[in-house]
Amino acid sequence: MMAPRSTDELLHLVRQQGAIARGNGRAYGDSAVSATNTIHMKHFNHMVSFDQETGQLIAEAGVLLADVIEAFLPLGWFPFVTPGTKFVTLGGMIAADVHGKNHHKDGSFGAYVDWIDVVTSDGSVERCSKTENTELFEWTLGGMGLTGVILRAAIRLRPVTSAWIEQTTLVADNVSHAMELFEQSMDATYSVAWIDCLQKGQHLGRSLVMLGEHADAGSVPTRFRKTPLQGPAKRRRNFPINMPNWALNGPTVRVFNACYYWNGKRKPKRQVVDWDSYFFPLDAIQGWNKVYGRRGFAQFQCVLPLSHAKDGLNELLDAIANAGSGSFLAVLKRFGPQAGKFSFPMEGYTLALDFPVNAKTLALMNDLDRITLQYNGRFYLAKDSRMPRDVFLQSEPRAEDYIKYRQSKGAPTAFSSAQSERLGL
Amino acid sequence: MSKGTVLVLGAKSDIAMAVAHRFAKDGYDIQLAARQADDLEASCTDMELRFRVKVTQHDFDALDVSSHAGFVDALPILPSVVVCAVGYMGEQAENERDVEAAAQVIRSNFEGPASILAELANRFEQRGSGILVGISSVAGDRGRATNYVYGSAKAGFTAFLSGLRNRLAKKGVHVVTVLPGFVATKMTEGMDLPAKLTAQPEEVADKIFNAVQKRRNVIYAKPIWWMIMMIIRNIPEGVFKKLKI
Repeated sequence: MMAPRSTDELLHLVRQQGAIARGNGRAYGDSAVSATNTIHMKHFNHMVSFDQETGQLIAEAGVLLADVIEAFLPLGWFPFVTPGTKFVTLGGMIAADVHGKNHHKDGSFGAYVDWIDVVTSDGSVERCSKTENTELFEWTLGGMGLTGVILRAAIRLRPVTSAWIEQTTLVADNVSHAMELFEQSMDATYSVAWIDCLQKGQHLGRSLVMLGEHADAGSVPTRFRKTPLQGPAKRRRNFPINMPNWALNGPTVRVFNACYYWNGKRKPKRQVVDWDSYFFPLDAIQGWNKVYGRRGFAQFQCVLPLSHAKDGLNELLDAIANAGSGSFLAVLKRFGPQAGKFSFPMEGYTLALDFPVNAKTLALMNDLDRITLQYNGRFYLAKDSRMPRDVFLQSEPRAEDYIKYRQSKGAPTAFSSAQSERLGL
Repeated sequence: MSKGTVLVLGAKSDIAMAVAHRFAKDGYDIQLAARQADDLEASCTDMELRFRVKVTQHDFDALDVSSHAGFVDALPILPSVVVCAVGYMGEQAENERDVEAAAQVIRSNFEGPASILAELANRFEQRGSGILVGISSVAGDRGRATNYVYGSAKAGFTAFLSGLRNRLAKKGVHVVTVLPGFVATKMTEGMDLPAKLTAQPEEVADKIFNAVQKRRNVIYAKPIWWMIMMIIRNIPEGVFKKLKI
C-alpha cells in the first residue's frame, strides 16, 4: 500500500494501473483493496475553505467525517448525511454514496456534494458537478472509486442550533407494524428501527422504531444548555480481546436482543440524546468488531423496492429466525427515492445485518441473496465481502451501463479493486 | 482565547505537523517554521479551519545559523513553547565516504537545532518563562555502526538539551528532551520497523503535549524504549563492538 504525499506522487501511482483509493478502511469488505495498487489517501487530509453563509466546505478526500463534525458543529453546522461511523473519509462517503437515518427525507450524501475533483485514467484532474462533466459526477457518486481517485470535494453542511437530538422510541410488534410506523413517520427527519431477529411467528421482526429531530437550544439538557453546540465529553473505550468464536451463538444473542428490546420499551418514549451517541453508538467502543472473534464477521445489507418490501422482509426475517443465527445488529430503514446512477438506495426498505463468519451464516447469506433477488432488491457494495458475481449482476441491471462507461474512459485497466474483480465490474 | 503560542521548527516533518495539530486542538496559536514556508499555506488554512486558532508560516533555515537571531526578531510574538523537530538522517554509507555529507547530517541534527534553541533560550530566560522542546533520538544514546554519524549528532543535541535544562532550571524556563524511538514517518518510510516498537506521529505528539503540561524532563514515545536503551547503554564495550544491532 502506498500513501502519496503530493498530487504528482498520486498521479504517478495512478499511471501504474489497477489502482484503488483507500480512505480510513471502514468499508466492511474488499471495496478499497487492490492486489497491486492500493492508494492510501491519508495525506490528502486538508480542509481548504468553509463558507459561513452557505455552509459549504471544500476539503481533500482524506478528511474524516469526525474532523468535519469537530470543526463545524461548534459553529452550528452538521453534515446533512452521516453513515453509521464517523471514522470515514469524505472520499469514501462519496464513493459509496452513503446514506443515513434521514434518507427517506434528505436522500444520500451525494445530494449535498457540489462538486468533486477526480483523478481519471488519463492522469488528469477533472472537476465534475451536477452541471459540469455530469457523467463523471453521476458515476463517481456511489461508483466505489472505480471512475478514478477522488481528490477533493465541496460539500454542504446543515445549520443546527444544538448538538442534541430529540429521540422518540416506538415499539413495533412485528415487521409489518414497524413498516406502518415508518410510513406514518415520513415527516420525521431521522428514523431507523432495530430488529430482534430471533423472534418468530406473529412477533417476527419485533422492533424498536427510533425517530429523531435536531433539538432546539432550549431543549438541551439543563447541564449543557449554556453550550448547546457542545456534546458531553466522552471517553472512548477499547474492546479488549477477541471473543472466542462460540461466544456469539443463538442463546447469547437472544439474551442480548431481549435485554435491548425490553430496555428500549422501558425507557421514556422521548429523550434528548447527544449527537455522538445518537448517530455513532458503536464508535464509542474502539475495536467493537472483536466481539465476533478472530474469524470476524460479515455484513449483509439489501434494499427491497417499496411494492415488494413487506413480503420480502417477512421472508428474509423468517429465514434468519429459522437459521437461529441471530445477528447482533439488525437494522431496518425506510429509503426515499434515489437519483444516482449507481447509488445503493432506492425507494423501499433496507435491512442491514451482521453475522459472525462461519459455514452456517455464509449459507444463510446465500439464502438471503436469493430472497433479495426474488423481490427485485439490490445490495450495498460498501458492506459486501462475499457476494458471488452472478448474484450481483442479476441484482444490478445498472452494472451494464457502468461497465460500458468505464470501458469508454479506459477505467477498467486504470482502476480496480478486489471487489470489482470479484463482481466483474 | 488563545492559551499561548507554539513555535514549531522543522514544521514539514510528520511529527512536527502532529505536534502542531495537538497544541492547536487545545487552543494554542501556532507558528510553523521551515524552509520554503510557502508550501505550508495549505496546512495553515487547514489548521485554522479545524481548530479556530491563529496559524502563521515563517521561513526558517536551521543551517543558516547567522539568520537565527533575525528569525526570532521577526516573529510576530515570542512564543510560549518551542518544539524543535529539525533533523536529517542521511545515509550512513554515504556519511562514511563523504565528509561533506556527514557534516551536513551533523549540522542538521546538532549545530542548527542547538543554535536556534540557544537564541530562544536566552530570550525566554530574559522573560523568565517558556518551554523548549527538543526532539532528539535514541540513536544518540549509544553510537552504532549502522547510524553513528546521525547518532553522534543527536548525542550532542541530547547533551546540549540536558545542559540547557540545568542552566535554566531556576530561571522559570523548562527544557524537554524527546527521544522518540521508531516512528512511522516520511523519514522512516520504506524501513522495516517492528510494529510493537513503532509509534504513530500522533502518539508522539500526545506525549510531547503532556510532557509540556507536566514539565517532564526526558520522554520516550513508547515506555519500552527506556528499557531497551538502558540495556543497550549497559552492554560492555568489549561485547558491544562485536554486536550487529
